[in-house]
Amino acid sequence: MKYIDGFREKDAALWLNRQIAQAGDQLAARGRTVHLMEVCGSHTMAVSRSGIRETLPSSIRLLSGPGCPVCVTDAGYVDAAIRMAEQGAIIVTFGDMVRVPGSHQSLADVRAQGGDVRICYSPADALRVAAENPGREVVFLAIGFETTAAPVTTLIPSARQADIRNLSLLTAFKRVPPALEALVADEEVQVDGFICPAHVSAIIGAEAYRPCVEGHHLPCTICGFEPLDILYGIVDLAEQLVSGRAELVNQYSRVVRPGGNPAALQLFEKYLTVCDASWRGIGTIPDSGMAIRGEFVDMDAARRFGVSTEGGRPDPGCRCGDVLKGKIIPPDCPHFGHACTPPHPVGPCMVSSEGSCAAFYRYGGGR
Amino acid sequence: MCLAVPMILVEKCSPAAGVVEMEGTRCGVDLSLTPDATVGDYLVVHAGFAIERLDRDEADARLQLFADMADLQRKAGQ
Repeated sequence: MKYIDGFREKDAALWLNRQIAQAGDQLAARGRTVHLMEVCGSHTMAVSRSGIRETLPSSIRLLSGPGCPVCVTDAGYVDAAIRMAEQGAIIVTFGDMVRVPGSHQSLADVRAQGGDVRICYSPADALRVAAENPGREVVFLAIGFETTAAPVTTLIPSARQADIRNLSLLTAFKRVPPALEALVADEEVQVDGFICPAHVSAIIGAEAYRPCVEGHHLPCTICGFEPLDILYGIVDLAEQLVSGRAELVNQYSRVVRPGGNPAALQLFEKYLTVCDASWRGIGTIPDSGMAIRGEFVDMDAARRFGVSTEGGRPDPGCRCGDVLKGKIIPPDCPHFGHACTPPHPVGPCMVSSEGSCAAFYRYGGGR
Repeated sequence: MCLAVPMILVEKCSPAAGVVEMEGTRCGVDLSLTPDATVGDYLVVHAGFAIERLDRDEADARLQLFADMADLQRKAGQ
């Protein structure tokens, strides 16, 4: 299919590599090494799978950011879901969440002990489970960035229309732009430009990054997930840094519009409210979350069960927080590949298929 | 996980439900986030929902740009 193969063409990739090398030489001649952060977990996986990291000159480095939704979900959130399962609720979740370690155990452990934890493909599956089990509480684990928050939020009006009252959402939605602001403000984090997420941007729109670009003089480029998309994004950011420019560039205009997806944004406006959110390994970031708005709070699982998502204690040796902030790359963590592997993950970045540690473990790429 | 692969809308069963296809594989899709989608559109599908339509003019322009780069690379390599 041309909309796939055309974005993986080898000669174009070699041409883009040549442009990257030229920009890299110019940066190196000035004694500069620049750090570009790919914020999205799917970009991290695409970069690792295509081997892009290994083709870059030493003056251009790629860092993985906090863009894997499972990875940034707090241990306390997992603990709360486990308590709900222990109280007899049916937990419906995307597959990645099942093996994420909480403070003491994971949902997979709870399921092995007889807990009712069901993996779904679409949030709409939760409606079906709730309709089929009218005598039981059904909790959907509503995690994710704006891309996932939009489909999940449709559950609120859908449940009301179908008069399904035994379904609730345990929300831990995350918003990307405030996380970028927090990373830029962290003096320990070195970022010179962002490769902005593709499908988050489809929901929130390209203009959502304008404050970051103009407020911090930081180049931001929105890229698709294909290898040529990512290489061209790196060319753009490197050339901006060579010339001292900081611009917002939408390289994924075939999907991302300046103002985003109006239907999704209307859903957020009607059913959700912006709140502070706790990011695993990073801490609380102001305005970086979305919770259920007051009129619809009867669908908030934390409230319905009287369970808090705070106070989780992840493994003290886990350095996922430093990986998520781009302070280290996964091979720098002492657990990586030893105590922490995909079959036996210590931290969430090794669990999710989008996690940086899982990507490095599977495809290599340490430098 | 975000899927980069656009899928073509082959059937619209109701204003908010349709069927998408990619290389012979068909599956249901919720269209409530893309109410203007019509049969023949390429859609970006995430968690069973179409989250945006692919703009074919933009996609074709970008493909042409990459094709031009490939030509430059081949000429430079000769």
